Amino acid sequence: MRFSDTPQLFSGRSEPYSNVGNTLQRLHLDGPLLGGIGLISALGLVVLYSAVAQNMDLWIQQCIRLFIAVVAMLIVAQLPPDLLRRWTPWGFLAGLCLLGLVLFKGDIGQGARRWLDIGIRFQPSEIMKLAVPMMAAWYLHERQLPPKFLNLLVIGIVITVPTVLIAMQPDLGTSILVATAGVLVIVLAGLSIRVMILLGLASIPGGYVLWQFMQDYQKQRVLTLLNPDSDPLGAGYNIIQSKIAIGSGGLFGKGWTNGSQAPLEFLPERDTDFIFAVMGEELGLLGVLSLIGLYLFVIGRGLYISIQARDTYSRLLAGSISLTFFVCVFVNTAMVTGLVPVVGVPLPLVSYGGTSMVTLMAGFGILMSIHRHRKLLPH
Amino acid sequence: MSLIASIKDHHSERHMFVGRIILSSVIAIILLGTVIARLVQLQIYDHAIFAEKSLGNRIRTEAVPPTRGLIFDRRGRILAENLPAYQLELIPEQVTDLEDTLAQLARIGLIKEEDIPRFNGLSRTGPRFKPITLRFRLTEDEIARFAVQRPRFPGVDLQPRLVRHYPDGELVAHAVGYVGALSTADLGRLNGADYAATSHTGKTGVENFNEETLHGDVGFQQVVTNALGRQVPAETRDFSDALPESEGPVPGSNIYLSLDLDLQRIATNALEGRRGSIVAIDPANGEILALVSAPTFDPNAFATGMSPSEYNALQNDEGRPLFNRAVRGTYPPGSTIKPMLALAALQIGATNLTRRSVCRGWYSLPGSSHRYRDWRPEGHGEVDLHDAISQSCDVYFYEISRDIGIDNMNMYLDEFGLGRKSGLDMAGESDGLNPSREWKRNAFRERADQVWFPGETIIASIGQGYLLVTPLQLANAVATLAARGERFKPHLVAAFEDPISGQRTIVVPERLPRVSIDNDFYWENVIAAMHDVMQSPTGTARSAGAKASYQMAGKSGTAQVFSIAQEEKYEEEEIDERLRDHALFISFAPLENPRIAVAVIIENGSSGSRIAAPVARTIMDQYLKGSVDAF
Repeated sequence: MRFSDTPQLFSGRSEPYSNVGNTLQRLHLDGPLLGGIGLISALGLVVLYSAVAQNMDLWIQQCIRLFIAVVAMLIVAQLPPDLLRRWTPWGFLAGLCLLGLVLFKGDIGQGARRWLDIGIRFQPSEIMKLAVPMMAAWYLHERQLPPKFLNLLVIGIVITVPTVLIAMQPDLGTSILVATAGVLVIVLAGLSIRVMILLGLASIPGGYVLWQFMQDYQKQRVLTLLNPDSDPLGAGYNIIQSKIAIGSGGLFGKGWTNGSQAPLEFLPERDTDFIFAVMGEELGLLGVLSLIGLYLFVIGRGLYISIQARDTYSRLLAGSISLTFFVCVFVNTAMVTGLVPVVGVPLPLVSYGGTSMVTLMAGFGILMSIHRHRKLLPH
Repeated sequence: MSLIASIKDHHSERHMFVGRIILSSVIAIILLGTVIARLVQLQIYDHAIFAEKSLGNRIRTEAVPPTRGLIFDRRGRILAENLPAYQLELIPEQVTDLEDTLAQLARIGLIKEEDIPRFNGLSRTGPRFKPITLRFRLTEDEIARFAVQRPRFPGVDLQPRLVRHYPDGELVAHAVGYVGALSTADLGRLNGADYAATSHTGKTGVENFNEETLHGDVGFQQVVTNALGRQVPAETRDFSDALPESEGPVPGSNIYLSLDLDLQRIATNALEGRRGSIVAIDPANGEILALVSAPTFDPNAFATGMSPSEYNALQNDEGRPLFNRAVRGTYPPGSTIKPMLALAALQIGATNLTRRSVCRGWYSLPGSSHRYRDWRPEGHGEVDLHDAISQSCDVYFYEISRDIGIDNMNMYLDEFGLGRKSGLDMAGESDGLNPSREWKRNAFRERADQVWFPGETIIASIGQGYLLVTPLQLANAVATLAARGERFKPHLVAAFEDPISGQRTIVVPERLPRVSIDNDFYWENVIAAMHDVMQSPTGTARSAGAKASYQMAGKSGTAQVFSIAQEEKYEEEEIDERLRDHALFISFAPLENPRIAVAVIIENGSSGSRIAAPVARTIMDQYLKGSVDAF
């Protein structure tokens, strides 16, 4: 089977859109991807309006952030993959320096040192979400694939250093995503299944070591997952309340802005990490399934772009960005439904918050650039 | 293209990449499938469970306090009501600097410096949004003072609440009692669920005894609350499911007392500046017409709350204003028991109406040199039973006491209700003491003390020695004398009233076994002697009885607090006020179909006939001047 023969669904080449298509092409944008992102963002804004208890100030702030993120995507989309590749090592080094700086000079917010203020306030860890897979892809670009052991070791260091620096902030969610993005590059580069299984086994003692390094609240989250009812008003509270919110929504939901769990403050972090629960309560199973469908479409389109990519760098990067996006979606929805421990991973394009949205959109910008410079396939 | 690139096998590399993408996609679909399965489980299979939990999360049942029943006197004058009053409340979460706010409030005199630590503690223990009451009732002046300074005190506000108010508090404090803040001990005694919203409960008197009736039933209201338990106005948010039913509170019953507020006022004023008690009873049914203990206090202070120092001042006051002398104070009855002993003596034949004795001012038992003195050192001369009562001759009673004997004395005094709880509808009544041989055997440890001595019978005959009665028991005994042996259980509550329908339930007087002396001749003669106490030129209380427009019977009593040596003379002026004799007086009127029986006890009042009798007369005058006011 040849993947290039996949149905027209992901190809986005249909005649009636040719006029729009021309404009998009001139802007180096991919129509189906843009459409999927647009629909998710729109749905996200609708849900957020209810989650912030109809606070217009917060809602407009999010709209502004979305606008800034779209601008970032437009800019990144104009950068050809070759240029991105040449800048990659410098970008990665700069990111590492900023991470180091954050550990010493960063601003403290919510008990962690994550923010850096150099003219604008941002989280350097966000840069790493893109810089790490780019660096890994850059390193493998000119090397033989599947990667040799020595190469793997080098990439291992490339992934581990920023991951550890971010975990030290501490920011478990972002460090997991950064590591995931890097590891996905190796997996896509053809890391043998045997090695993966071996690494998987090795991760058991590794997990033990990690456990020793975890902050108490992080350990608590893992323990809470195993038995949320053990401490219903303490650590397990989030999960219990979010399950109540989702479960009480039923098939059709209680109706938009008619939820009770969020406005009455039972549900913590309802506008950020737990916004999926608000959606589940108000829009029901049909609502959340629609959102998951849209996510699947965007992920599928991203993977399709990666297959069409021109070179190893583009291919690995596009694949990693798409799959990392999937991991974000999965980890968030799985944690809100109580399937995995609560780690601070926002629901992409829906959760309230700025930095991650800019990174996400920049990632989509890269995908679009890669698609614009794709290998032309025979049709 | 670099050298290394030439080694790369682009076709196989791309092929492998596609393979990996397919693998990833499969894994991704499985993982998202798991999430979807989980969503189906939560939203379809377990939907009902979670829907209920969600409802339980935000719907809270809030108790609504019932309105406490009102208390009226026999003529429908209000004795206890519920007034809207402004109380000063503080909501901790809205106060920026608690210490400073409390200090400022103390500076402008709205709270007391000494209470600050208590409020600090309260603000830390409860939920931050729950108001703390700083003051239960502000005066008009304090309301005004706070109103102008209100902007300086964010989080502090005036709240209207219903506060128990006793308009004539000091006049009825010991009968009506008072409500006070509900304590943990109260909650143990009362039905906790019924008091979920109640802040005060009856602590003493009628308020306490009739707590259940006055309180009413708590109501319920379903409220929408947020995660912190804060109430959210239901109308601001349209919840898809309606709130469950609410149930309104049932107000407590109103109570009409048999007390007459005018009598209470006269009795209270008569005892002004003294310690003592007055109890008046309707002999025809046992209704309490007046029940006063002096000194009195303001029960409103308990309802509105007072500081520990104010309470201690009240508690440690030398006059013991909180002590309900009428039902708890026990006193030797002195000569007031002579009419009852006279009846007992006639009934058992220990004397008769014609027997005469010579009183020389003292009496000795045969073979003993100990002299039992008469209150009149020179003696009363030749007296019969009638004279012995009207002139209160002690020697006559000393003589017949030997023939009555302590066993009969005990039996008949008991029939008159002395030395036992009367059964009044009020808690905390004292027993008093009606001594007997058996009592003495059990009361003393030493065998020598357990024997009843003949001398003890002699002093018992003039109401001294071990005999102790409460003013209520004494008043009840007078009512029995007035009713010629008919007895009723004394009671304060005359009727209950449903506050909604206005329907009244009259309390039926409870008849007690009558005194076992059924010869009317005896009763009439003894009562005639009591009449002479007030009317005859030799009657002990003739000055108190003078110019009465009705026929009145009475008997004075003077009870020793301090025993004087054999040869000493009692000199009122030389004895410390606290050691002076108690002054007692019992009386009833009119002689036929008596309507009121009164017992007056004035602690250290020296003389029953001089001090206590005029008080009884004033009360009679007041009560009998008006038309008949049966309830």
